[in-house]
Amino acid sequence: MTASLLASFTRLLTGVRTRWQGCAPVAEQRVYFANHTSNLDLILLWAVMPPEIRRRTRPVGARDYWEKGGIREWLARRVFHAVFIERHAVTRENNPLVPMLDALRDGDSLIIFPEGTRNPDGEVNPFKPGLFHLAKAQPQVALVPVFIENLNRVLPKGEVLPVPMLCTVTFGEPLRLAPGEAKPQFLTRAREALLALRPR
Amino acid sequence: MNLDRQTLCLLGGVLALLVVASIIGAFLKVRVQSERARRVVDNLNARTRAWWFMALFFGSALAMGRTALVVMFALLSFLALREFITLTPTRRADHRALFWSFFIILPLHYWTLAIAWYGLFVILIPVYAFLFIPMRNALAGDTEHFLERTAKTQWGLMIAVYCVSHAPALLILDVRGMPGGSGGNARLLFFLVLIAQLSDVLQYVWGKLCGRRPIAPKLSPNKTIEGLVGGGLSTVAVGAALWWSTPFTPLHAAGLSAVIVVMGFFGGLVMSAIKRDRGVKDYGELIPGHGGVLDRIDSICFAAPVFFHLVRWIWT
Repeated sequence: MTASLLASFTRLLTGVRTRWQGCAPVAEQRVYFANHTSNLDLILLWAVMPPEIRRRTRPVGARDYWEKGGIREWLARRVFHAVFIERHAVTRENNPLVPMLDALRDGDSLIIFPEGTRNPDGEVNPFKPGLFHLAKAQPQVALVPVFIENLNRVLPKGEVLPVPMLCTVTFGEPLRLAPGEAKPQFLTRAREALLALRPR
Repeated sequence: MNLDRQTLCLLGGVLALLVVASIIGAFLKVRVQSERARRVVDNLNARTRAWWFMALFFGSALAMGRTALVVMFALLSFLALREFITLTPTRRADHRALFWSFFIILPLHYWTLAIAWYGLFVILIPVYAFLFIPMRNALAGDTEHFLERTAKTQWGLMIAVYCVSHAPALLILDVRGMPGGSGGNARLLFFLVLIAQLSDVLQYVWGKLCGRRPIAPKLSPNKTIEGLVGGGLSTVAVGAALWWSTPFTPLHAAGLSAVIVVMGFFGGLVMSAIKRDRGVKDYGELIPGHGGVLDRIDSICFAAPVFFHLVRWIWT
């Protein structure tokens, strides 16, 4: 109920255009990786997915951001079923990869933002290595690049009130780790696959 | 329902027109051979289908009365402003001014129409919003392209909100000699919308049939002299023939139709110039076959204020 209301509201505000350009909206296990410019990224990407995909897809979020209590934590736990990972003071005990791999083993899909943090000017930062480790540990899972356009203008970093603006979400062709491919090469290739989806 | 007999006749006319267009479209679909012709016909049919929805939308608001019409135009303004601002590069520092434009100035402006407060309606955006937007932007502290950014927001408000709203503003005029009393003002609004849209359609049809010489090939290759003259004259003829539903004589109705045709033509041209500058074909994708809301109402944006003030000066 909350989920579909929130999804409809976000779609209405952004008049979002969804392009399944490189793959079809089917409920197979995937890791969706997207550019990150706004707090709404996660909600919009989740809102444009058909409900049957949405139900099995869990966003990955930073524990320090989402576990602040209140509506944010409630949304993360009850609506998005988020996977929480550690951003700071990472040790062997709280390795961020473990909860993500657990979710994949359960058969869920993931949404991740491999830049690790928001980039307010709409550019795409170099990727953190997490995507590579996921691809290596679970090579059968398709990695789908998703470019979210214009959302940084709807709700820029530091603002609370959104401005309506037309957004586009483009799903690209799935990627897989090539045999023997090294970490830097793979991360560069993944980032370029994402950038290739940028409109115009 | 507060539709009188004359309004029902007009709506019946539109209905008949759409039925004929749909039949012609279905007929052409069976007949066409070449791939290129098929694309034209498919686009034509998509446009006709969208016309059904738009006519239904407008017709039901018309039947529900002034408040419904004001709300409908407020919604159109919101969508049009969103399309305009999306296409116009703004910066972080514009955020708050934009929030004010969408969620405070726009509703406030249409509220003045809902309560028929003409004095505030005409100055809210050109005076108060005009001064407020640069004030808010100055507070945000970003001086880069300051004048340009401020002007873009002001322009969006003027075109997508202020100018468009002069169409439903016809409803608050106390028009002399209106057949069927002041409740008949809805027919003036109908006249404006019908003539502006019919002019677009007939210019398109005439242009497709015998268009040779483009008027501004860089801006809009489909606008031709033949299309403008043929479409314009046939629209003026229809306008004159509808004089009985308005307070105008046939001659006045023809003259006002000509004003709507010319202003609407330039509205389309100006809004195309902005699109070409930004390197896009349409403002949006909301209306299949037509583009965005702003692509559909660009002619009304320019025709409505002039038509409104002509009627106000001469017939009130």
